Amino acid sequence: MALSTHIHQELLPVRSSAPTKSMRARMQDALPKLVLAPSFAITLIFVYGFILWTIYLSFTNSKAFPKYVLTDARAYQRLWRWTFESDPPSSWYTSITNMGIFGVLYIAICLGLGLLIAILLDQKIRGEGVLRPIYLYPMALSFIVTGVAWKWFLDPGLGLEQTLHQWGWTSFHFDWIKNKDFVIYTVVIAGVWQASGFVMAMFLAGLRGIDSEIVKASQIDGASTFQLYRRIIIPLLRPVFLSALIVLAHMAIKSYDLVVALTSGGPGGSAWLPSNFMYEYTFKRNEMAVGSASAVIMLATISAIIVPYLYSELREKSR
Amino acid sequence: MMRKLMMAAAMLATTALTAHADDVKEVQMLHWWTSGGEAAALNVLKQDLAKEGYTWKDVPVAGGGGDAAMTALKAMVAAGNPPTASQMLGYTVLDYAEAGKMGDLTETAVAEGWDKAVPAALQKFAVYDGKWVAAPVNVHSVNWLWINKAVMDKIGGTEPKTFDDFIALLDKAKAAGVTPLALGGQNWQEATMFDSVVLSTGGPEFYKKAFNDLDEDALKSDTMKKSFDNLAKLKGYVDPNFSGRDWNLATAMVINGDALVQVMGDWAKGEFVAAKKVPGTDFLCYRFPGTDGSVIYNSDMFGMFDVPDDRKAAQIALAKATLSKSFQSAFNVVKGSVPARTDVPDTDFDACGKKGIADLKAANEGGTLFGSLAQGYGAPPAVANAYKDVVSKFVHGQITSSDQAVEELVKAIDDAK
Repeated sequence: MALSTHIHQELLPVRSSAPTKSMRARMQDALPKLVLAPSFAITLIFVYGFILWTIYLSFTNSKAFPKYVLTDARAYQRLWRWTFESDPPSSWYTSITNMGIFGVLYIAICLGLGLLIAILLDQKIRGEGVLRPIYLYPMALSFIVTGVAWKWFLDPGLGLEQTLHQWGWTSFHFDWIKNKDFVIYTVVIAGVWQASGFVMAMFLAGLRGIDSEIVKASQIDGASTFQLYRRIIIPLLRPVFLSALIVLAHMAIKSYDLVVALTSGGPGGSAWLPSNFMYEYTFKRNEMAVGSASAVIMLATISAIIVPYLYSELREKSR
Repeated sequence: MMRKLMMAAAMLATTALTAHADDVKEVQMLHWWTSGGEAAALNVLKQDLAKEGYTWKDVPVAGGGGDAAMTALKAMVAAGNPPTASQMLGYTVLDYAEAGKMGDLTETAVAEGWDKAVPAALQKFAVYDGKWVAAPVNVHSVNWLWINKAVMDKIGGTEPKTFDDFIALLDKAKAAGVTPLALGGQNWQEATMFDSVVLSTGGPEFYKKAFNDLDEDALKSDTMKKSFDNLAKLKGYVDPNFSGRDWNLATAMVINGDALVQVMGDWAKGEFVAAKKVPGTDFLCYRFPGTDGSVIYNSDMFGMFDVPDDRKAAQIALAKATLSKSFQSAFNVVKGSVPARTDVPDTDFDACGKKGIADLKAANEGGTLFGSLAQGYGAPPAVANAYKDVVSKFVHGQITSSDQAVEELVKAIDDAK
């Protein structure tokens, strides 16, 4: 740091004394900016611009098409009222409670299972090269494929239950996908199946990056395997937890296709997530203002969780 | 390399230009009739137009209910590049007309006599502000029972005339160990069946008041409560695995004799016909018990957009061909629905089709032709979907009593209005 400022100061007078920089040097200066400019502009418009547009629409009276006259916060008032309608559950109430159940279970199970498989695979076992991709491959499937496959598998008349009945275990009963109270857990099952292998790969990479000296040192100090993982290795994986959490959290929030393919909304709409609610209201029910308001609330919720976490993690790193 | 690229670009540009020049003789059509029978039905129209020298350009978007197609349409219209016409349902036409996006077919309509031939109930959706904006293609009717004849004979059943008859018939099937009622537990199917239940329970006047006029007194009346009770009765006759089933799988249960009856619109007939079944010998079509004489309809329309002048000739040709008697007959024979004009001869139709045509004519004249709320012809989409929510929550047990159902229905419809 000190050296570079020193050089910089040295160079400064030279620069100002040279009236024209060489073409090449200027190009080199401008090139990164030039290359980044299009993607920067696209992100600015298509992400942040449309976020603002959505916020604007949520305060209008837009129905099938956008209307640009600002009205009041009626869309938010309706959502607020629906938030507390639990008997019978309003679609919005169902969506947000499902989001809570799905989000917590999906992230927690994916992290737990991913870490466990990664640790087991890290025991220098034979055939790791074969096993690793087997766990990872579900990630290569689209949510639609995962959804349809699990839909057939969990359908009591087609899949698991039917097969076990044919094999003679006739008392077996598993109809969660048809049950309004349990259908959201089938979404968790399918989601975890798809993503935990990916989380495993992230943890595995993290485990491989741990300095073996530290591990050896703790072993010499007489740490048991459990203590080793509990006190040394898992705390060292903290940055991986951060990355995995961010990836999983945004996948959980944007889950839409999985619910549609797996449950087509569930019995009486009992499997809806906020993204389903948003799509339904915006495009099928011609209530664009309500749809936009729900999208804004989704954004606010995810920001409220992720931003403080990011902030604390990143600040710690820069210290 | 560079040169080749430039040549390719030049060729692309010329093809784009020539394509544009051809636009005048081209019909661009957005639709979601992509399944076998539907595509075949549409082919009739393509050939009719080809005879007049118009080429056909499909803009197909798959997906039974047309949600994806409507999203695509919205994008095309918003970008100022509407198709010549698009398959549309009910209130969608009016929404686009209100936004000033639709063309004007009034001249053609007057010349072709659509005003007299097309039932007034349909004109409510095809005419906006005195102008024809859409060409109705067909009329589907919702209040039908589709019955497997072999199963019916086995249990010794006869045509049910009242709701109680129907329950007795279902009991017979249950006793014989057949699934009595094939139902797909998706909200639109449940609500489609409930349309018929309400018409049967409350009669035509009540249906109109509640589901077309959205009269609050009718919606929270005891008759509506009784309708929900009747729906609860019907729910006792479905198999435990019904939730989430697609409508055509439910139809297949009846075709294969696994179930006795399905309550579904006449598009179900297309499935029977595709399975080479003959009405009267393999399957029976009855009106939902207690709804004889009334028809709950929905209709496919071709919405005609406000296109540039050089594309108008093609649009008019399409509109004329769509409502020509020959096409109306040929198309609807294949599709399972009945013609959208009441002066088409029924000679080519099967027994169910003939009955459908006669019923439509009678209902049109008697004023008992009503829009289906479940199918989006009773009220705008926001209301229709709120209604579907309530019915589905009732069927699947989130709403536990008919009192609560009525209360929720009033609240949901009021909220969506």
